[in-house]
Amino acid sequence: MTDRAAFLGWPALRQLATGDYLGRGQAVVSKKTRDKLARTATADKVVKSVCPYCAVGCGQNIFVKDGKVVQIEGDPDSPVSRGRLCPKGSASEQLVNSPTRQTTVLYRAPYATDWSPLGLEEATDMIADRVIETRRRTWQDKDENGQFLRRTMGIASLGGAALDNEENYLMKKLYTAMGAIQVENQARI
Amino acid sequence: MGASFGRGGATQFVQDIANTDCLIIQGSNMAECHPVAFQWVTEAKLRGARVIHIDPRFTRTSAVADKHIPIRAGSDVILLGALINQVLRTGSYFEEYVAAYTNASMIVSDDYQDTEDLSGVFSGYDPETGQYDLTSWAYRSRKPGEDDIGEAGPEEHGAAKAASAAGHAHGAAGAPLDHALIERDPTMQDPRCVLQILKRHYARYTPDLVTSACGISAADFAYLSESLVANSGRERTTMFAYAVGWTQHSLGAQFIRTAAILQLLMGNVGRPGGGIMALRGHASIQGASDIPTLFNLLPGYLPMPTAGKDETLAQFLSAVSSPRQKGFWTHADAYLVSLLKAWWGDAAQPENDFCYDYLPRMNGNHNTYQSVLGMIAGTVEGYFLLGQNPAVGSANGRLQRLGMANLKWLVVRDFNLIESATWWKDGPEIATGELETDKIGTEIFFLPAANHAEKDGTFTQTQRMLQWHFKAVEPPGDARSDLSFYYVLGKKIRERLAGSTDPRDRPLLDLTWDYPQDEHGEPDADAVLREINGTYLSGEQAGQALPGFGALKADGSTASGCWIYSGVYADEVNASKNKLPDAQQSWVAPNWGWAWPMNRRILYNRASADPQGRPWSERKAYVWWDEQTGRWVGHDVPDFPLTTAPSYRPADGTSGPEALAGDDPFIMQADGKGWLFAPRGMIDGPLPTHYEAQESPIGNPLYPQQRNPARLVYPHKDNLTAPSFGEPGADVYPFVATTYRLTEHHTAGAMSRWLPYLSELQPEFFCEVSPELAAERGLVNGGWATLISPRSAIEARVLVTERMTPLIIGGRTIHQIGMPYHWGVGGTGAVVTGDSANDLLGVTLDPNVSIQESKVSSVDIQPGRRPRGEALTRLVADYQSRSGATVVTGNDIVNENDEREERR
Ligand code: SF4
Ligand code: SF4
Repeated sequence: MTDRAAFLGWPALRQLATGDYLGRGQAVVSKKTRDKLARTATADKVVKSVCPYCAVGCGQNIFVKDGKVVQIEGDPDSPVSRGRLCPKGSASEQLVNSPTRQTTVLYRAPYATDWSPLGLEEATDMIADRVIETRRRTWQDKDENGQFLRRTMGIASLGGAALDNEENYLMKKLYTAMGAIQVENQARI
Repeated sequence: MGASFGRGGATQFVQDIANTDCLIIQGSNMAECHPVAFQWVTEAKLRGARVIHIDPRFTRTSAVADKHIPIRAGSDVILLGALINQVLRTGSYFEEYVAAYTNASMIVSDDYQDTEDLSGVFSGYDPETGQYDLTSWAYRSRKPGEDDIGEAGPEEHGAAKAASAAGHAHGAAGAPLDHALIERDPTMQDPRCVLQILKRHYARYTPDLVTSACGISAADFAYLSESLVANSGRERTTMFAYAVGWTQHSLGAQFIRTAAILQLLMGNVGRPGGGIMALRGHASIQGASDIPTLFNLLPGYLPMPTAGKDETLAQFLSAVSSPRQKGFWTHADAYLVSLLKAWWGDAAQPENDFCYDYLPRMNGNHNTYQSVLGMIAGTVEGYFLLGQNPAVGSANGRLQRLGMANLKWLVVRDFNLIESATWWKDGPEIATGELETDKIGTEIFFLPAANHAEKDGTFTQTQRMLQWHFKAVEPPGDARSDLSFYYVLGKKIRERLAGSTDPRDRPLLDLTWDYPQDEHGEPDADAVLREINGTYLSGEQAGQALPGFGALKADGSTASGCWIYSGVYADEVNASKNKLPDAQQSWVAPNWGWAWPMNRRILYNRASADPQGRPWSERKAYVWWDEQTGRWVGHDVPDFPLTTAPSYRPADGTSGPEALAGDDPFIMQADGKGWLFAPRGMIDGPLPTHYEAQESPIGNPLYPQQRNPARLVYPHKDNLTAPSFGEPGADVYPFVATTYRLTEHHTAGAMSRWLPYLSELQPEFFCEVSPELAAERGLVNGGWATLISPRSAIEARVLVTERMTPLIIGGRTIHQIGMPYHWGVGGTGAVVTGDSANDLLGVTLDPNVSIQESKVSSVDIQPGRRPRGEALTRLVADYQSRSGATVVTGNDIVNENDEREERR
């Protein structure tokens, strides 16, 4: 550093030189801070999303780098939320990247004392078999008065309020076709 | 709200809160539960609005309100009923609005008898079944050509047995009427007209009663009623906001009805800054009712058929709506047939009633609590859980876990190993020894789920608005969207059944089940939304997306998976993806997302103009009639036939949308009016009436009938009820417990207790008690307390706070205890755990919507931690036996206890 540069580096002069008269901006930024870049600035892309918690439906900007979510912030464009998120919406990056997240299928056999691993394909096959078996066993064609029922009371389902409309739609469509009517979600709870 | 206005959704959009002159927040801690929506409350305050918070607890919402009014949990109908009485008695309702837009002038059947006449039940009650026959609540009909008051015509609005617990059934349309020829008295003086019935019904709901039964002082009541009156009318509007604090009661739907009646009387519906803001707790809970994962509904609030009643398509449709009534619901046939075409495609033909017979039938109430009893009884073998944690989040958690322990198989799809996935090895019943892991035969599949950042799709938020969230990254490992899971499961089931000749397999084999998939096998959510929107099947436009529900036909030439969402994909553009920045559009923001129906942001907005079509005032102008162009115009999409002039009157015998007069703003109602009195649509009474909660520290001050006679009870040894006031043993569980949520956690905790940030903010389960109660029971701030109900006993940290106010009710002090319900025992990987408040609650349900009563229950509280192991079971049993609670106590539906009358 030259003498001149050192001289201009004096705090009061630095304030004057940068126009930061109150000394709360550029003038007091250290080199270390200056060299730091926000994760949002280095992201490869920003994806428009919606907070998955409550029904206010705050807009989110999801920042992605190298195929990973690096940050989630409020979307200033949203007329509903105007860029704000509450603690839940702000924490949703951890929902994606949480180390405790379970990312493989687990299976507990009847009477077993612990989980065992299972492939996704195999699990889905087994579930399809269970559905068909239970449906066969518990099918009700007509009631005692001979009126149509065409259903199974052997299968129940709970969930949907955290799911997408498209997901609820496929669920309802499939359940109805298989005759499962005990389909419910949090709206009841 | 459906029975009052014709649709169940929030009437306003969130930002419209800023336009209100007075906001009454009741049954909601909005500042903490919907924090970002609360910015609009702040905005309203800055513009000079008055904010009043009515809640048992003083919360952050109260802190910024102009006034907090503490209320005894469960007494809301008394307070709102007293406001109705007050505005009727003093004539301070909005007379012109009421006369034109509500059913105030309609004449009700001579057979109708009120709760005032029958000691707390309405006419038509059958004590054997606990259900109402709605016939006597009907309007009096007039003959064609007769105007208004004439000779009484035949009562032909049809006998209607109240179906048990339909629930959410009027989400998109009001209840049906046989026709729209109704006798009226425009002067509203006839003693049988709705306005006069309303006056008599609420005459005993007085300010004195509010003081003695809600614990609200005369001065506070006066402040409230003055605020409401001063901020309603031509120039000003008042808004009500509510959340689960209102719905989670055994008469929850009637709480909302009472507010709806009040808002109609004050002329606050369909106008900016007015209406009722429903604050829902889950990202897409509105969507999960619109496209229902609910047993009694098909998409778009079409009912699921009932055995015996809806044997044929014709029978089904005649029960949904009458071709002779008013409004758009007469087109229900087009909505249903288009749904059947969307699901069964070419198999659905006019000759086979469009595969109507493929639909399964209900024959009773098949709600989630009934299913749990089915698990315990062994009739339910398999159970899917999708992003839901009933072991913690549902009332009476022990019942839930005992149910799951008796299943053959269980599928849990979630992000983490939640309590509902691990109860078989670490649940509370394993700790007490009631269940043993190696004796539990349930086969369990845990499948990891993709989250919102890892999939495309729409959520429908609280104001009926669909917003697309774009996929940002691929889900990790085996995690998949539920879209993918159900699509693949459906394919596998269909493969296995291929070639089957069994007629029961036809609905699965004929199902349209073919969606484009990406390279990871993920089905295309856009294609699914387009199917929901619907397409033309024949004619010139065959294959094109429908412009909206107006284009749907009953002849099989259109398909649409959910008629109310039709229009979201008009012109092949997915409007839920609209994200025009706030700054670049009007304050109504029509180009952000898409709201059903047809992107209308304030419902019933025809009522924002006077009967002649002019804005009630410049200040509150929203939608008005433009003489020049002969159309409705304004800031929003008019929620009305665009070219129906204000002066238009249909000829007798007209039906459907053409029968809507120019002053019928409630276009989904069978008579075009807002319903002060509900001749149909509510199964526990045409007018809201106060009943005490299933467990209550006081006797019903109004009627000998203590509890809602039509509520749903579940007598079971694991679901006992605490004795109420006047019943033997009432002092064993002497305090009122109420549950609520915190900003930092989300429902049963699956999406918050596994996150370090949120867990750090709210690490531990606690209960809030007043200094008075703390002194009485020796509870220490920061120490432990044990809470005991007839279902369970749990422990919590004690928070002694003046935010809890003891109330003086009937000369006695009533203590209320508040508890957040986000914690649970067990689960793998949770950052924080704790006892679950829902374990304390019993299962008693609102008859209209089958929602549990979790806002009020009776408990005892003692200092110190709860016992461990078997000693815990003994403690609960000891309390039960001291209280004398048995499977039958508290569950007799009609009253009940004549002695109580004397004691009062
Ligand atoms: S501390 Fe809480 S209130 Fe403050 S910014 Fe963080 S999350 Fe928001
Ligand atoms: S950020 Fe908070 S207020 Fe907004 S949607 Fe998410 S949970 Fe609701």
